[in-house]
Amino acid sequence: MVEQGAQVSTVSGRGIVVRGNDIDTDRIIPARYMKVVTFDGLGEFAFRDVRFDSAGNTLDHPFNDPQFADASVLFVNKNFGCGSSREHAPQALVRWGIRAVVGESFAEIFAGNCNALGVPTVTVSEEAIGQLMEQIEANPSAEVTIDLGTGTLTVNGTTFEAASNSAYRNALMSGEWDSTSVLRDNEPAIRKTASALPYVTDFAVHS
Amino acid sequence: MSQNLLNKVWDLHTVGRLPSGQDQLFIGLHLIHEVTSPQAFQMIEERGLSVMYPERTIATVDHIVPTEDQARPFKDDLAEQMMKALEENTKNHGIRFYDLGTEHQGIVHVVGPELGATQPGMTIACGDSHTSTHGAFGAIAFGIGTSQIRDVLATQCLAIARPKVRRIQVNGQLPPGVFAKDIILRIIADLGVKGGIGYAYEYGGPAIDALSMEGRMTICNMSIEGGARVGYVNPDETTFEYIKGRTFAPKGDAFDRAVSWWREIASGPDAEYDDVYELDASTLDPMVTWGINPGQAISVRESMPTLDGMDPGAREVAASAYDHMGFEEGEPIEGTPIDVAFIGSCTNSRISDLREAARVVEGNKVQSGVRAFVVPGSKQVAQQAVKEGLPQIFEAAGFQWRGAGCSMCLAMNPDKLQGRELCASSSNRNFIGRQGSPTGRTLLMSPAMVAAAAVNGKVVDVRSLATA
Repeated sequence: MVEQGAQVSTVSGRGIVVRGNDIDTDRIIPARYMKVVTFDGLGEFAFRDVRFDSAGNTLDHPFNDPQFADASVLFVNKNFGCGSSREHAPQALVRWGIRAVVGESFAEIFAGNCNALGVPTVTVSEEAIGQLMEQIEANPSAEVTIDLGTGTLTVNGTTFEAASNSAYRNALMSGEWDSTSVLRDNEPAIRKTASALPYVTDFAVHS
Repeated sequence: MSQNLLNKVWDLHTVGRLPSGQDQLFIGLHLIHEVTSPQAFQMIEERGLSVMYPERTIATVDHIVPTEDQARPFKDDLAEQMMKALEENTKNHGIRFYDLGTEHQGIVHVVGPELGATQPGMTIACGDSHTSTHGAFGAIAFGIGTSQIRDVLATQCLAIARPKVRRIQVNGQLPPGVFAKDIILRIIADLGVKGGIGYAYEYGGPAIDALSMEGRMTICNMSIEGGARVGYVNPDETTFEYIKGRTFAPKGDAFDRAVSWWREIASGPDAEYDDVYELDASTLDPMVTWGINPGQAISVRESMPTLDGMDPGAREVAASAYDHMGFEEGEPIEGTPIDVAFIGSCTNSRISDLREAARVVEGNKVQSGVRAFVVPGSKQVAQQAVKEGLPQIFEAAGFQWRGAGCSMCLAMNPDKLQGRELCASSSNRNFIGRQGSPTGRTLLMSPAMVAAAAVNGKVVDVRSLATA
């Protein structure tokens, strides 16, 4: 896990590729592995149903490939993380070892959940993702470096444009991606906003 | 130009601008359930924080609840642990909990509205992507992750950016046999599963105005399936009439003051939007999904699409879909044999859904070999159904009548598909593995269409039964 309050400006590590558009959070972690009261240990359930068959036999999947066992930068296609809001999905990826996700686009709730864990989601063009995926698959030990400040991703000496949501980038780089304390600091303003809402004051009902 | 509802509500709930550039948004109602909240309580406790507005937080239990035998302790020890965690957390933090033993337990998105807790002009958050359901009332409601639940528990706020607003204008009127579910499946098929990213969907127009609150909830519920985290309908007389007299509804003069505020926060007739999309409800047919995401939907009268002519991204997903479903491109969807029929979920488990299904089922029998069941969305829905004699109609036809919960929508309880079973389902997601079997298959459709499929053992156009 990324340490709470850590400033995340760059992420470096080996890459891993999961191809496909519209990969939903049910595929990232099937609901039947969410019957837990803690996120500990979810890493083994990342992509569970495409990594193992019903008898528990190992299937051909990058998350099972020893060449990618140390990877920390996940490369994906369009609309990754759509569907359920379950934070169990990024939690499972992070506990498996992922520290950044690079894709063509991300579902909104998933991107927010990654940000809340200190994990950047950066977007690259369709052309760039094609090249990057080929390079990573051909050279699993290549070092990938994402620099949020310059908006770039470098691998094998080639640099690509890598965009990120400005609010998430600011929060990650300042270490304020864990937003509870920054929100709580404004308690007087919270109380003031609440007391101006008619449903909190004028016609409030608490049976 | 006047403001739209989203912008008015957002402005009223903005506490300030955060250094990141996001807004600090006050949340008027926080709904919690057993799956996504325990880790959030653990996090606030580790930090020595308390729940800032326990009175603005409501809990129920839905995802893990068995629908057949609800006796405690649950047979599934993991489910029992989750249940206990929610009981302890709500007790320790003074949060109202509609537990299994209460009259109001059920799916959180069914329970909030029927309590009258969901009201126009509110901001509502819940650790569940179908929180958009509550937008049917003119609330701004969205799903959040567990770290954000921690934020809302500890601060009643979220760090979040304001979305753009797309007006979805639904003209005309729905033909008989075509329902709210068909409208939203058509919208997602047209705009795509990622078309709504960055947008809130405002649904309006004559076809939406004519819908009951339950129909509007069905539409808003599936906004997230089109990529839109928020979906809403402007509040009107139908909304006010629904809320009046419910547990949390303002009473007496307060109700009148509430109604006048609710009218004020609605989008003006000349409100501005970032985008507009129009469709004509009178041209719609019953919709059925054929693939592995809710955007892969066609009219029951259509054939499944061919890969030729699709853009490369869509073709790749369609090819995966055909591979998983075992269908052939160009094949008609009508006539596809089913193994299971499921009527339930936060999309379609309300009393009007059950009435429509019962109308189709009455006097018929579930086709032999088909496992069919009805799962009411809440204890209140179940009680009302009993008053109307609906369980007898379903049971006489061979359906199983179950207790309230999420059931086979997501299979976190004993209700699961087995192997490659094909399920006609009134739920919201046909994702691979969603209904509990990694090889299981889901066809999304309206409750009436599920009922028609159950009694025919295959996908049929529910309108052909009505005229038969």
